[in-house]
Amino acid sequence: MQALYAQLLVGLINGSFYALLSLGLAVIFGMLNIINFAHGALYMMGAFCAYFLLNLAGIGYWPALIIAPIVVGIFGMILERTMLQWLSGLDHLYGLLLTFGIALIVQGVFQNYFGSSGLPYAIPDELKGGMNLGFMFLPIYRGWVVVFSLIVCLATWYLIEKTRLGANLRAATENPTLVRAFGINVPRMITLTYGLGVGLAALAGVLSAPINQVRPLMGADLIIVVFAVVVIGGMGSIMGSIITGFSLGVIEGLTKYFYPEASNTVVFVLMVLVLLVKPTGLTGRAA
Amino acid sequence: MAEAPAKTTGAPVLSVQNLEAWYGESHILHGINFNVNAGEVVTLLGRNGAGKTTTLKSVMGIIGKRTGSIRFNNEDITRTSSDKIARMGVAFCPEERGIFASLDVRENLLLPPIVRPGGLSLDQIFELFPNLKERLNSQGTKLSGGEQQMLAIARILRTGARFLMLDEPTEGLAPVIIQQIGHTIARLKSEGFTILLVEQNFRFAATVADRYYIVEHGKVIDGFANSELQANMDKLHTYLGV
Repeated sequence: MQALYAQLLVGLINGSFYALLSLGLAVIFGMLNIINFAHGALYMMGAFCAYFLLNLAGIGYWPALIIAPIVVGIFGMILERTMLQWLSGLDHLYGLLLTFGIALIVQGVFQNYFGSSGLPYAIPDELKGGMNLGFMFLPIYRGWVVVFSLIVCLATWYLIEKTRLGANLRAATENPTLVRAFGINVPRMITLTYGLGVGLAALAGVLSAPINQVRPLMGADLIIVVFAVVVIGGMGSIMGSIITGFSLGVIEGLTKYFYPEASNTVVFVLMVLVLLVKPTGLTGRAA
Repeated sequence: MAEAPAKTTGAPVLSVQNLEAWYGESHILHGINFNVNAGEVVTLLGRNGAGKTTTLKSVMGIIGKRTGSIRFNNEDITRTSSDKIARMGVAFCPEERGIFASLDVRENLLLPPIVRPGGLSLDQIFELFPNLKERLNSQGTKLSGGEQQMLAIARILRTGARFLMLDEPTEGLAPVIIQQIGHTIARLKSEGFTILLVEQNFRFAATVADRYYIVEHGKVIDGFANSELQANMDKLHTYLGV
């Protein structure tokens, strides 16, 4: 039983990263109509940003949790202003190719300087150690990642579904021309939305640094699974991305316990099944 | 082109000269000329595809390529972006109403930002359109066609813009709703709004308009005041093919 709970926890943690990343992808896809293949590289940049802050400036985990998403978010907004914005109105393929190229370049640059092996990033003192829950041992940092990710996901959902700003965003996703004709600066909103989505990826990167170490290809490995999660959940829905992210993490964890051989493929098998039965994804709206 | 007599003197609120516009490669407007004076309701009449909607969209700044001159309150807005045009006090109610499906009625109503003081308060809007108040939490596109049209007009009245462009507000609506929209337009006019209307239904237009321009093949080919409507009836039937 101990092993089952341990795998469930691993599943929840992976689910946290899936949820944070697919949430950002869904928001970006909604506003920019771009499949952001650079998402994994930006997640990695978040982790590296935390690493640099600590090792070059002595700035620890807690400030990094705020600074890294902002820094990487600004980098993302520069990408959007200088490159992605010119793709609006073109086929998805162009955005996919451009962001994939950006990902390769960013990862290549980091690999050139840091190789492929991981750099250590210590768990902050406040979150060291663990708790005995009676039925299992819970490392505090891992519990923190799950709870904090959930809070960030729900806050993002609230921002988009329940606030005035979110209403502007949803309206601009539906009909940007009309929203602009009401006097709302839609191009600026698009840039900020990309920054938000990228910031979420960077935040996931910081959260992951103490668990998975900091590696140039950490995002490349993860992003393929995240895209499968997005396909399963459907591109259109914010809550859908969150729920699918966490549930697929858990399903993956359970598979590791009951049938470990399939744990790396279960998400993709599910993706194929969903595509066969409901091509728009479980919660997605028809395009 | 026959110049329609202007009702008031002074600089027009909107002045469009030699406007040409393109959708991608297709050349839609071939030189549109007209004026709208303060406090007037001016109607663009014409057949389907004549260029009426494109004219409104060009004024709003949402047609990519446009040349000529569009002046609003004596400022050149020919090359201004649509969000800036809106903030100068131009409000647009599009064809097909443009109600957002992912927003509820309240969110649809509050979406256009206030661009200047003097817009209608929510209470004034609910007095004008009582139906909307009862349906505030419904999804925008769950409303009936008439209610959606009211919502589309209501949301631009909040913004404080005094110049409204309404694109076929009666399209596909029941006569009793059309009448209600007619009353609304008359009331807005009496409160000093300036309105540019696009209509195919000239019987409706005749109940609210001060002047008409006839648009054909991307050009304004005629114009006359409401008082001259009877005298121009035969011509009008030829133009509109009714």
